[in-house]
Amino acid sequence: MATTFGETPFIRKKRRDEAIVRVVLGLMALAMVVPLLLIVGYLVERAWPLLSLDFVFTNPTHGMREGGVWSALLGTLYLVSVSLLIAAPVGVLAAVYLNEYAKKSWLTRIINLAVVNLAGVPSIVHALFGLGAFVLFAGMGRSILAASLTLAIMTLPVIIASTKEALAAVPLSFREACWNVGATRWQTIRGIVLPNSISGILTGVILQVSRAAGETAPIMFTGAVFFKRIEEGNPFAYSLSDQCMALSMHLFTITTQVTDAPKALPYATAVVLLGSVLLVNACAILLRLRLRARKKW
Amino acid sequence: MNLPPAPVAGTRPLSVSTGSPRGPRRSRAAVLGESVLEWVIRLCGISAILFVFGIFFFVLREGVGFLFGGLKLGEFFFSTEWYPTSLSNVRYGVLALIVGTFSVTGLAMLIAVPFGLGAAIFVSEFCSDRWREGLKILIELLAAIPSVVWGFIGISVMNPLIQEVFHVPVGLNVLNGALLLALMSVPIMVSIGEDALKAVPDSFREASLAMGATRWQTVRRVLLPAAKNGLLAAILLGVGRAVGETMAVLMATGHAVNIPKSPFDPVRTLTATIAAELGEASVGSPHYQVLFIIGILLFTITFAVNLVADLVVKGTAKG
Repeated sequence: MATTFGETPFIRKKRRDEAIVRVVLGLMALAMVVPLLLIVGYLVERAWPLLSLDFVFTNPTHGMREGGVWSALLGTLYLVSVSLLIAAPVGVLAAVYLNEYAKKSWLTRIINLAVVNLAGVPSIVHALFGLGAFVLFAGMGRSILAASLTLAIMTLPVIIASTKEALAAVPLSFREACWNVGATRWQTIRGIVLPNSISGILTGVILQVSRAAGETAPIMFTGAVFFKRIEEGNPFAYSLSDQCMALSMHLFTITTQVTDAPKALPYATAVVLLGSVLLVNACAILLRLRLRARKKW
Repeated sequence: MNLPPAPVAGTRPLSVSTGSPRGPRRSRAAVLGESVLEWVIRLCGISAILFVFGIFFFVLREGVGFLFGGLKLGEFFFSTEWYPTSLSNVRYGVLALIVGTFSVTGLAMLIAVPFGLGAAIFVSEFCSDRWREGLKILIELLAAIPSVVWGFIGISVMNPLIQEVFHVPVGLNVLNGALLLALMSVPIMVSIGEDALKAVPDSFREASLAMGATRWQTVRRVLLPAAKNGLLAAILLGVGRAVGETMAVLMATGHAVNIPKSPFDPVRTLTATIAAELGEASVGSPHYQVLFIIGILLFTITFAVNLVADLVVKGTAKG
């Protein structure tokens, strides 16, 4: 265009503004991303002297001033798996209801609003709820079960949202074809809709795991303890009615309560927690990218 | 949600289960099993509503005794004196905590809103596909960092940094908490803001570009007005996230009940107070019940913020 009409000052100014805006906005986006890389790099560098497989697989000792994170890591694994077992079926079925059964009505509107609000409830309020409902009212006491139930309800919206998205991505024509050969609604869901959206559903489940693993506030008063001695190397050292340690809680404890721990210890704990959460998230991202590349419709 | 509504009763295919003369009959058990399953699905569907009510009910249940018997609401909302464990004169004034919450949130939003919306505009309108993918993945990872790790970063990285840069004796203060909350709430703003910009039809962009407008002019004059409700919702959800954040502010804001006069003063927020004191308050004591009443207050604030965000978005859908 410029060659046809020549460069008037007006067009030059337009071009210059455009270039400036692009750079400024780009820097703003980078300003969000660069701290992530810097911080992760800094944490890893400070943690480096302690990071080893031994650190992961030994128990904390000497009032949490030495040793590793095994009992906390195992506790987190328990909490995450139990909460996943509860949240995944309920969340997936809730999304199936919203996407496959619900009509556009006030009820659906309210359910969607409730899902958004459930996601917005502060984590500490979830903790109060878990304490009031599961620990005290249901009589579970402070236990892995009570903490996992609290985590499950807290992370439910994550699963519902991504499953709904995955289900909505299956074209309506798939369902219509199935209905037309006489399948019932549930047969269609089981035979056509779920198999075609399974990767998307898995992504949501993985994100739930990452969310549940990092949470501290909801488990603080419902089942996680500062310190608990367990047998090293035994993956079945906790039972559902036990209290347990958790990685996130452990990081909080050694940062704020244990003042004379070696400098690298909290960094190493933070790196183990951050590393596991980011690894889980990376799995979800890879799964999504593969799914997109493979998509048939 | 984006799917056309599932077929309603009338258009539902003739179910084999009704036993049409042609075609095989399904066993009674299979038909029954399926209807049971559909009820389970319906129950899961409304579970979110049950849980939201459950949260409100059970948190209120623990605090209701003191709410209507002994708590002076005037003192609760308008006094800055929070001495829940004082032996001689117990006072439960949460004004300083409310101010603490909103000072940290407010400063966080001052930082996060321009950066969040700027990044959303860049990701949605200005960048190439490959950059977009990379940026979105990094922003997603940023959102995944657990809040306790943010709190640790506040203590170990931001604290010395703030002392160094601003020459203040202590780096655990409003500014520290606000920086962390800004980094935590930007991802949600970017992803929802980008959705809002994406939802503006391409024909709007094409019309504007065809008139000779640059991309920036298009963004400012066409896209921002068209997507303003969605962007407002993005900001509100960021606010909701910041108000409810617990661990990061517990660890990074200095933990002093105090009305801040500058960003370098320490404060304590509503969430941090519950997290710090619930472990020490004995079950059923007035102190314990007051913490649950603070929980109801927090629930109400975030509920209102989310409700407004939802109404604002639904406003766009209609308009």
